[in-house]
Amino acid sequence: MRRLIFLLPLLLFVGVGVAFLLGFERDPRDIPSALIDKPAPEFALAPLPGHKEGVSSAMLKGDVTLVNVFASWCIPCKAEHPVITRLSKELGVTVRGINYKDKTEDALDWLKRNGDPYASIGADQDGRVSIDWGVYGVPETYLIDRQGRIRFKQVGPLTPQVVDEQILPMIKHLRAAS
Amino acid sequence: MKAVILAAFLALTPLTAFAVQPDEVLPDPTLEGRAREISKDLRCLVCQNQSIDDSNAPLARDLRLLVRERLKAGDSDQQVVHFVTDRYGDYVLLRPPFKATTLVLWIGPFAILAIGAIGTALYLRGRKSAAVAAGGDTAPLTEDERQRLDALLRKEDA
Repeated sequence: MRRLIFLLPLLLFVGVGVAFLLGFERDPRDIPSALIDKPAPEFALAPLPGHKEGVSSAMLKGDVTLVNVFASWCIPCKAEHPVITRLSKELGVTVRGINYKDKTEDALDWLKRNGDPYASIGADQDGRVSIDWGVYGVPETYLIDRQGRIRFKQVGPLTPQVVDEQILPMIKHLRAAS
Repeated sequence: MKAVILAAFLALTPLTAFAVQPDEVLPDPTLEGRAREISKDLRCLVCQNQSIDDSNAPLARDLRLLVRERLKAGDSDQQVVHFVTDRYGDYVLLRPPFKATTLVLWIGPFAILAIGAIGTALYLRGRKSAAVAAGGDTAPLTEDERQRLDALLRKEDA
């Protein structure tokens, strides 16, 4: 029994080692959002020129909505674009875009080349509204429930896996809820 | 020589200059001072181990401007920090707050120190009582030991 006490430091060391090893698996960019389950911030963004509607907090109530923060200069945004397109065109999800710190002509050009799956796009040229959303890197995507609360946040590009395993089940659940 | 060293230092200073751009600085030095203090404790979310005061990332600049905007609007330091944590969570604080979820972080090192101290104390006490049980360091010399000691001391004298 007295001998065992000398094993204690070793066990502690192994414990700490395992904790650190597991830490390697975590993505340091993945910061928990402070806004989960809170109402989306109050805002109203003017439409991206050439588009009829912008995006405002009032528009996020009623149906389950995805809000996607994107920019033409953002490479991962291009990578996730087919996923957004599928959600909007094939799966019938309302996706509203926040165009983050972009030049208007670049954004319009980008949408022309890659397609425009957004129900409406608000232009956030100085990034001020995005700060209210807690955006720290594009792309980011938020799932908003019918009451206008943020229920899920994806930092970085949406992948088909995230859509199938997390977003679609949540949308189904949120639509059924009320 | 001194002049050369001084010149070298002066030439290097711009490299360590602050990320804060001249156009961000508030005209009121008191407010600017508060803004700098607040910024030093706010993490830049893009380059995560820098404060927004140090970082050249565009988002850090936006947040610095936001801090100054809030101060100009008459917010207290605490209100400004709240404004940012409401959006980005406690993660933006380089000095994590003391609360239930961060208890291990704050108490942990002291707890480990205390465990070490208690362990050491127990160990030393155990060794001492073991020594006492074995006769202790005050036990008289045996006849054998006395003779040997005498022999050694005589050798020393001679």
